[in-house]
Amino acid sequence: MSRTLISAGLALAAITAPGTAQSLTGAGATFPNPIYGKWFDEYAKKTGVKINYQSIGSGGGIRQFTEGTVDFGATDGPMTPDQMNAVQGKVLHIPAVMGADVLTYNLAAVGTAQLKFDGPAIADIFLGKITKWNDRRIAGLNPGVKLPDQDIIVVHRSDGSGTTYIWTDYLSKVSPEWKEKVGNAQSVNWPVGLGGKGNEGVTQTVKQTDGALGYVELIYAISNKLAYAHVKNGAGNIIAPSLASVTAAAASAKFPANTDFRVSITNAPGADSYPIASFTWLLVSPDSKDPAKAKALKTFLEWMVTDEAQQMAAVLHYAPLPKPVVALVKERLKTLKAAGKPIA
Amino acid sequence: MTVPTAPSASTPAAALQGAAAGDRIFRALLTLAALAIPVLLGFLVYELVQGSELAIQRYGFRFLTTSTWDPVTDEFGALPLIFGTLLSSFLALLIAVPLSLGVAIFITEFAPSAIRRPIAFIVELLAAIPSVVYGLWGIFVLIPFLRTTVFTFLKGTFGFLPFFQGPVYGQSMLAAGIILAIMVMPYIMSVTREVLAVVPASQREAAMALGATRWEAAWTAVVPYARSGIVGAVILGLGRALGETMAVTMLIGNRHEIAASLFAPGYTMAAAIANEFSEASTDMHLAALSYVALVLFGVTVIVNALARVLIWRVSKGRQSGGAGL
Repeated sequence: MSRTLISAGLALAAITAPGTAQSLTGAGATFPNPIYGKWFDEYAKKTGVKINYQSIGSGGGIRQFTEGTVDFGATDGPMTPDQMNAVQGKVLHIPAVMGADVLTYNLAAVGTAQLKFDGPAIADIFLGKITKWNDRRIAGLNPGVKLPDQDIIVVHRSDGSGTTYIWTDYLSKVSPEWKEKVGNAQSVNWPVGLGGKGNEGVTQTVKQTDGALGYVELIYAISNKLAYAHVKNGAGNIIAPSLASVTAAAASAKFPANTDFRVSITNAPGADSYPIASFTWLLVSPDSKDPAKAKALKTFLEWMVTDEAQQMAAVLHYAPLPKPVVALVKERLKTLKAAGKPIA
Repeated sequence: MTVPTAPSASTPAAALQGAAAGDRIFRALLTLAALAIPVLLGFLVYELVQGSELAIQRYGFRFLTTSTWDPVTDEFGALPLIFGTLLSSFLALLIAVPLSLGVAIFITEFAPSAIRRPIAFIVELLAAIPSVVYGLWGIFVLIPFLRTTVFTFLKGTFGFLPFFQGPVYGQSMLAAGIILAIMVMPYIMSVTREVLAVVPASQREAAMALGATRWEAAWTAVVPYARSGIVGAVILGLGRALGETMAVTMLIGNRHEIAASLFAPGYTMAAAIANEFSEASTDMHLAALSYVALVLFGVTVIVNALARVLIWRVSKGRQSGGAGL
């Protein structure tokens, strides 16, 4: 009985070994989890390849990828130089989709007026240097809106998150003081403000507190119909956050020829770019040990950047990758190897 | 009549031996089960120490007395977390203990028997609600309510005290204390009720025979008799409050800061671990969070040890019976 089982198993192994693996495992970022879930589900229906993904957070994704316990990792913030060293630089960041942060606010005195901000003003609000709504720097950006003499209540995320990574990445770029005093990470030492747990925690606090402002994911703000600010971009234009303006930011980003895609697209150049946006990445090994799994993963990644898959992202309010980035990703996928040989 | 020669199993002595073997196996199994708990605990401590080694080497005991928490520069100190954990639990007990004692005394001593069971059932039902539900209820219902009623009242009436000054955001140490009080109340109430229920009727009858009213009988004869059991109930509630995570983090405001005002946001150890663990990317950040877990473990052990001493004192310093409780 057991012998037949073993021989059957051996036969099965012999059949599948040189071909494509039927299942893959991945772990990491929670922010893109809805679209990953959708993709893996659709992909399993199309090809029968099952991809198990655990949304344990970017930090966990990087750790598990480094330890080799998963076939791919996923992260909202690119790996740091230290983390790259831990895998001897043997990692490729493949952008999957893009996300963006918006500044949501609740100020009864201005009614439904659309407020506008610029980067330095936002940074100084979050540094605690601008404390009143009628500060002349906010007023200067919002001519015609009568701003009250009221305290600004800052709300930020208390849990480590990719949303915070994007936000602090942006603030570090537009404010040298922020960069020096606070810096950029999934969780930081906030100079002022209340911490809300998750997007819903931040949103509820802002909604219930007159004079509050905070940042949430674009997707969350759209689906919950929050009031959110327009932001002045690097080119000096006031831009409304939307999928199109986020995709524009990625399209205007400069990629070196042999880029590993660890590119920040906050404060991107370009007239129509929304400045607080970022890629979210899948982490794959450029030369993996298991040819069958490498092949399966490569095939999935090729499908992921097709129009079909990227349009599924748009439906879920993730900004699809712009065409030039898709072309670069396709080029890069051709260089993937398994056991030292190119993947057929 | 022939005496059965062979199978020794049928002789009484052998049967006894067989039973003894069964006994031994059973005993071994039980010993194993009993040992599993301390071994598990030891393993837990070992893992925590192992995980926090990096932070212990770098900070030592300074970790317990500094207040900076900066994941970007890898600078960590847990004092605000320790303070927040102890203060929020203390506030919870301050509110929950009188309330649960009152409910328990009412149910066992005064309530008509028709409503005893329903009230006890409803209070115990509170214990079955998941803490994330408490958290969401706290954000959506409790905080807006507190901000417009209780907090404004406290600020207006006791605003001269440092505990009730500063801006009222809603998310605050006080809000966390109140939600914790609601969460630990069923535990304290239900254990206290059990303890009061087993106080001998003679205790009440004796007090009443001396001319005590029902209230005097309950307060002077029944409650003191059950003292050590009640302390035990409070400790159970305290243990629950110290470790509560989800509801607290949703209501406390999550700020690494020690403030005198109860309206100010704070943070607790359990909440910080839950918030930051999944996205902690540097080794030092992870080690610091493990260290926080170790400190939380230590605080729990100390609090429980103090509680044991308290129970021991309470039951020893009393003349009458009931020490078994």
